[in-house]
Amino acid sequence: MGNFDKKLERFWEVFIEHGGYVKVLTGLQNTVWIAVAGLAIGILIGTLIAIIRVAPKSGVLSRALDGLCVFYVGLFRGTPIVVQLLVAYYVMLPLIGVNIPALQVCVIVFGLNSGAYVSEIMRGGILSVDPGQMEAGRALGLNYRVTMLKIVVPQAVKNIVPTLGNEFITLIKETSVVSFVGAADLYVAFNYIGSNNYEFMVPYLIMALIYIALVAIAALIIRQLERSLRKSDRRH
Amino acid sequence: MIDVINLNKTYGKLDVLKGITTSIRQGEKIAIIGPSGSGKSTFLRCLNRMEEPTGGSIVFDGRDITDPKADIDEHRRQMGMVFQHFNLFNNKTVLENIMLAPVYLGLRDLRRLRRRNRLIRLRNLFGGGELPLHPIDTSAARIKAEARENALRLLKRIGLEDKADAYPSTLSGGQKQRIAIVRALAMNPKVLLFDEPTSALDPEMVGEVLDLIRQLADEGMTMVIVTHEMGFAREVATRVLFMDGGQILEDDAPERIFSDPRHPRTREFLSKVL
Repeated sequence: MGNFDKKLERFWEVFIEHGGYVKVLTGLQNTVWIAVAGLAIGILIGTLIAIIRVAPKSGVLSRALDGLCVFYVGLFRGTPIVVQLLVAYYVMLPLIGVNIPALQVCVIVFGLNSGAYVSEIMRGGILSVDPGQMEAGRALGLNYRVTMLKIVVPQAVKNIVPTLGNEFITLIKETSVVSFVGAADLYVAFNYIGSNNYEFMVPYLIMALIYIALVAIAALIIRQLERSLRKSDRRH
Repeated sequence: MIDVINLNKTYGKLDVLKGITTSIRQGEKIAIIGPSGSGKSTFLRCLNRMEEPTGGSIVFDGRDITDPKADIDEHRRQMGMVFQHFNLFNNKTVLENIMLAPVYLGLRDLRRLRRRNRLIRLRNLFGGGELPLHPIDTSAARIKAEARENALRLLKRIGLEDKADAYPSTLSGGQKQRIAIVRALAMNPKVLLFDEPTSALDPEMVGEVLDLIRQLADEGMTMVIVTHEMGFAREVATRVLFMDGGQILEDDAPERIFSDPRHPRTREFLSKVL
């Protein structure tokens, strides 16, 4: 184990003295930011798509929108996220001719990607709400949109919090590919530390531990959220 | 108040309603009875277009609500509906259940009025006109306070004021249904539609719900009740419709229908259920 102590020492040296910790903190911040902002965008897009997809398809417009949503979901579920990042950063941006920092591109792409998955989760959630809830709202003279937003969607969200939590955890782990477009996440930070003296064992081990800790914290938050949302089920 | 003219409803090839024509006058309490699958519930649900009729028309207060251009939400506000399975909003407390629609609609009307006044002011400013503003004699806070007060008054009436902040999942079926009834009442509807209001209740809770409906009937509320409670129909209804096969086979006073039914199908049905 003397060998390992030596490696740990070297890691510590780079971590403290060569400013490795700054990189790690930045990387941690970016990883969490991409996952959190990505999920937030994903929930917005996903809810919108889900509502469009469950709405009665009466006219040409609603049918066209539905088709568009099906296409969107197919597109983002049908390609790996790395490919989506690469296409966004190296194809779309130059074509449009705008310059957006890699981190922002990652947030947007993760949001768009997550939107596709969340839309399916949310659709299931909405369909699982008793149709009587919509009927009661409509019978009181509330329109479809208001009943959906005030009554059905809140209940759907409550039903799908555990599944959304899964999506969040998946997102945290998937962010580890953002270095493909040059965003600085945890992997970039620990890779930097390792490259400093070609000692990768300790940095990558610690990277793994940080991911485990992140996911554990996320799971804890989700459980708390579930508990507080279950308020309306509790007998009191 | 409601005129139903040659109402038809088909699901694919299945004719559920075959040309129903009847009138519901102010203050009437109409019980609709008949075997399962006779179209009673579908007929009731067509009255506020929870089911879309495929033919005929329904004229409510002089306006055809089957007209695609009719604002159905506006009509539904005046036709309260009570469901077999209560359908209280699970994510709202009892008080919120009752207040939700009145507050939302009150605030929406207030917003509309304010918007209209802004436009009038703008027009007066640039056109030099002197168009009068719409008078606004309320505020958002007042709408909420009044709705709350009204909701609490209704809850008190049914003896459930202590449940105001409870969630529906904590209530018994009888309590839920009584709250569902006052939720409909909070909109001051002109007519109440009951879709088998006691069919999903435990037997010991049927009484409390029927008592409340009976009270409303005595106060003169117009109501249409689809029910299997023959005793209740006989006692409360001013008119009974017997439906079978998507048609009204008999339409008469309860005494006549229950003691001297004309149609053989009515006789057969009543002999089975009484």
